[in-house]
Amino acid sequence: MSHPPSPRARTLFEKIWDAHVVVERPGEPAVLYIDLHLLHEVTSPQAFALLRERRLRVRRPDRTLATVDHSVPTLHRDRPIADPQAAAQVEQLVRNCREFGVPCFGMDHPQQGIVHVIGPELGLTQPGMTIVCGDSHTATHGAFGALAFGIGSSEVAHVLATQCLLQHKPRTFEVRLEGSLGPGVTAKDVILAFIARFGTGVGTGCVFEYTGPVVRSLSMEGRMTLCNMSIEAGARAGLVAPDDVTFAYLADRPHAPKGRAWDEALAFWRTLPTDPGASYDRSVTLDVTGLEPMVTYGTNPGMAIPITGRVPDPQALPDPAQRRALEKALQYMGLQPGQPLLGHPVDVVFIGSCTNGRLSDLREAARLLRGRRIKPGVRALAVPGSQEVKRQAEAEGLDRIFRDAGFEWREPGCSMCIGMNGDQLEPGQVCVSTSNRNFEGRQGKGGRTLLASPLTAAASALAGAVADPRPFLDG
Amino acid sequence: MEPFTTLRSRLVPLPHDNVDTDQIIPARFLKGTDKTGLGQALFADWRVDEAGRPRPDFPLNRPEFAGAKVLLAGDNFGCGSSREHAPWALLAYGFRAVISTSFADIFRNNALKNGLLPVVVDPETLQALFAAVAADPTVEVQVDLARQTLRLPNGREVTFPIEPFAKRLLLEGKDELEYLLSLAPAIQEYEATHPVWVRTV
Repeated sequence: MSHPPSPRARTLFEKIWDAHVVVERPGEPAVLYIDLHLLHEVTSPQAFALLRERRLRVRRPDRTLATVDHSVPTLHRDRPIADPQAAAQVEQLVRNCREFGVPCFGMDHPQQGIVHVIGPELGLTQPGMTIVCGDSHTATHGAFGALAFGIGSSEVAHVLATQCLLQHKPRTFEVRLEGSLGPGVTAKDVILAFIARFGTGVGTGCVFEYTGPVVRSLSMEGRMTLCNMSIEAGARAGLVAPDDVTFAYLADRPHAPKGRAWDEALAFWRTLPTDPGASYDRSVTLDVTGLEPMVTYGTNPGMAIPITGRVPDPQALPDPAQRRALEKALQYMGLQPGQPLLGHPVDVVFIGSCTNGRLSDLREAARLLRGRRIKPGVRALAVPGSQEVKRQAEAEGLDRIFRDAGFEWREPGCSMCIGMNGDQLEPGQVCVSTSNRNFEGRQGKGGRTLLASPLTAAASALAGAVADPRPFLDG
Repeated sequence: MEPFTTLRSRLVPLPHDNVDTDQIIPARFLKGTDKTGLGQALFADWRVDEAGRPRPDFPLNRPEFAGAKVLLAGDNFGCGSSREHAPWALLAYGFRAVISTSFADIFRNNALKNGLLPVVVDPETLQALFAAVAADPTVEVQVDLARQTLRLPNGREVTFPIEPFAKRLLLEGKDELEYLLSLAPAIQEYEATHPVWVRTV
């Protein structure tokens, strides 16, 4: 008995890649078409300058969107920006967008927000698309089954001018997440555990696809948190296959297709998941059963331990380079080998960023903070990821819960994740942060960052020290 | 972009793995709208102490390494943020090549687009280079891009990988934008056959 030849089984990544190759010549990188290009004020000015220098225009303003997020203050938005450099950078973006006809959400726009928060909430981020931005956390959008990755400013200019990028095809890498998550353990803890186990460079040259029951059980917000930190494991992009959770999130979003177009889109989106029998270049499995909330102790996101664990001892490491790196990190962090992190005093708590600045993150933290007060002396910031997140949170009364607990309730932006806008740590301060990077000086020169989930951050604000959120959830 | 052909230089050793772009250039130096001043900001928080004085033990501050055009660094160099300010700062400071066992993807792409050559060697070669510089800071390496070779101080040659397309552009000092612009008809044809789902305006 003979069967008709069936199309080759392909992964989600391969389907998106194949559909976007414009030209592919031997010995040359593929020319990849970009469906959506997001811009912000820090990495775009040099690209616009290049366009001006070459007398080029923006090829597809209708596939381009700009917002201000990195440099904007999160206080006193009615006043001019105090920092003249930040003010000039924000003004330059607005001017560039006006000159080149690109839609731009300025400081007072009702949809302004962190670029990776607004794309999804507007429904611009959709399955099967290619999305780029001059920002490494563009990986966030992969939660929708879109191929989304960060690019440099030269590439921003390439996409502005041609809507295309030259790309070598990355390898596929399945990250299979088995088991189930216990109470108080979140997507943030899963991705920190993954990076701690497999390393900060494991994904270099690859695109992750997160598969398995854990991913299916996560909300879109949780999937975004997971994909967001793919770059912290070295992968430029992380993907989750779209499913009914994705479609329910997208339905009725401002830019989501409507009516018949929705039905057509849905039919297409359902063809995207990886075919049975398709193979990945590499696969690893992580069982999350029994996983504790995770917290970092060092100066890269791979230096993370379960919250009840102890800081590792450099002397126990066989490799001299690893030993030196750990010694250097512990010295910077002011931590001793073998000490527990639980109870380690905390000066600042930051809840926000493209990793954990969405409505569900604020709800989780508020669930723990309701009716409680943070430890006196702790500075705590809640920074919604976008104006839309802020409006919804305020409509639910979350702002009152944060304020009553002793948090500052701020305007949307990247804020203390990158510390460019004045929201930053003093040298030596310890911060439990829901952001994505604990690099030296990331949140301010000399600042000491402990990455964790919004639940762990909220618990630590209450305790004034690194705290396990799980006891707070009882009763 | 300045063409890259051959380079003979001493090395500045930076024996750390996972050197992230926040170390190469801290975020507070990203508030400009052009590329001025980035060379002075290179490794700012490692070069200068809290009082603004140069840290004498940091390799870039040591007189024996002044003027070297090759940085020798640990694994996964350039991880983290996509900021192209990182290769801009390295180039503005005077570097033309970085040798490591691996580079983060976005950094590598950004470096190639600006004429900063990422040279990947095996761990043994990297260790041998660190040892050679520790023994004698005046030792030199020679990079030949056309032949894709790195000549070590002991005279041994190793080859390094680079995509043929990137190599050609580096040798000629050309950028990718010209090439992409020349493909306008193909891009137009692609757009004509692929319907738009999403519009931002």
